[in-house]
Amino acid sequence: MSDSRPYPRILVSRIDGETHGIVEKPLTAIEYIFNLKWLRKLSILFILALVWELYARWLDNALLFPTFSETLLALFENAASGVLLVRAWASIQMLLAGYAIGIALAGILTFLAVSTRIGSDFLDTMTSIFNPLPAIALLPLAMTWFGLGLGSLIFVLVHSVLWTVALNTHSGFRAVSNTLRMVGRNCSLSGLRLVCMILIPAALPSILTGLKIGWAFAWRTLIAAELVFGVSSGRGGLGWFIYERKNLLDIPDVFAGLLTVIIVGLVVENLIFRKIEEKTVHRWGMQQ
Amino acid sequence: MTTPLLSVSGVTLQYKTKEHLVTATYRVDFEVSRSDRFILLGPSGCGKSTLLKAVGGYLKPTEGAISLNGKQIATPGPDRMMVFQEFDQLLPWKTVKENVIFALEASRKMRGAAAREKAADAIAKVGLSRFADSYPHMLSGGMKQRVAIARGMAMEPDILLMDEPFAALDALTRRKMQDELLALWEETKFTVLFVTHSIGEAIKIGSRILLLSPHPGRVKACIEDIPYDIAPADAAALEKEIHTMLFAEQIEEAEHV
Repeated sequence: MSDSRPYPRILVSRIDGETHGIVEKPLTAIEYIFNLKWLRKLSILFILALVWELYARWLDNALLFPTFSETLLALFENAASGVLLVRAWASIQMLLAGYAIGIALAGILTFLAVSTRIGSDFLDTMTSIFNPLPAIALLPLAMTWFGLGLGSLIFVLVHSVLWTVALNTHSGFRAVSNTLRMVGRNCSLSGLRLVCMILIPAALPSILTGLKIGWAFAWRTLIAAELVFGVSSGRGGLGWFIYERKNLLDIPDVFAGLLTVIIVGLVVENLIFRKIEEKTVHRWGMQQ
Repeated sequence: MTTPLLSVSGVTLQYKTKEHLVTATYRVDFEVSRSDRFILLGPSGCGKSTLLKAVGGYLKPTEGAISLNGKQIATPGPDRMMVFQEFDQLLPWKTVKENVIFALEASRKMRGAAAREKAADAIAKVGLSRFADSYPHMLSGGMKQRVAIARGMAMEPDILLMDEPFAALDALTRRKMQDELLALWEETKFTVLFVTHSIGEAIKIGSRILLLSPHPGRVKACIEDIPYDIAPADAAALEKEIHTMLFAEQIEEAEHV
């Protein structure tokens, strides 16, 4: 039977040596330079600073719009005299306190949410109520409750951190694959051990996102709150510095204060959080 | 006959979806002895994976009993290590070696240097020593499954539960993995309960096959004493016979519709 059917034929093709042209060749210097992202961004910043300087010089009114060089000078002067650093540190200290309390509360709420169904419903409801509400809108209320001082600031800070962190952590936990949970239970993990050893690391990408958003909210909320009332027990933060200098009509200092707010935000978001991400979720291939 | 290692008697499994109460298996009986390569084979919907999860302790039977070494199974435990089909069964934040060590330490079986040594040993057995410090996302699918097998074997469970571990692999890798699993079994003669929907895989790997029929899963046949190195002609004949058994059911079902 088989002899009537043809056997498949194999035709082996010969691969000759160097006939396929370029396989790999370095880019030209210009292409290489243009591929550097930081260099492109730096040139944008440079052009913006130049435009600022030229416009302010043309306007020639330091009360309305100081030049870039005046602003830089004010920044260095205030930094050198230590005023700006003290004020920035006061803000950051306040922020860290509120941030830590907010995260701790978020942790408790999320743990309740993963362990009981009613806890999960509670968290869902609370986050839907408070997430759309800007924390700063609670400041008038906080001031009547806690007075002008530490309590009010902490109250709005906790609000700005708590709900985003809890929401992101909880949705991160829910997204952990069933297989991973089963692997954990297979190794006799349950309760808090399962949460700490499986759920938290597995949900780290969205936990970090929550922490980042929470930080950004808190920073903006704090500066805004300090503009309303900055001094608590004789120490004002960056927001108060801006407000104070505006009242003294020292506009270059106001700009220097604003720049400091931006710089602190950038450092935390792009250095600290970026580093944490590189060391964790990027390294583990959980996020690109 | 010696007492069985695992005994499943009259097990009915039911689970609830949003709208239905589904009966996955109905009064299934079987016994697994030490060093068996026991296969649960059947088409999709025969409850073979659900049955394996019940043996794993993730699911309580509605009726009947499952016991290991004479002790009723109530919760998941390291005496029944499970290898899943999904590639995400490895912890992505731990390296290959750490994944194995994690299982040993989390279950409090071993710690420190002993765990590290055991893990290195298990990884060497599946031929991944070179990748011991790689993270799972750098590995291919076949390598990830090898790590999961290494993790399971390092725990030295009473029985290794495998839920279609090679189903998501490409055909060439799957064949290689089957050979490797058999070679590993030759070395230590561990007991394995293996779920598959591939008849060929069942015959190649199994020493005993339990054939399940779908909707709900019931025992249709049990095939015993499959030789370790089954002759290709015998394997083909057996495959055809099993195929007919499964296929006959489908025609009957079609006629009832």
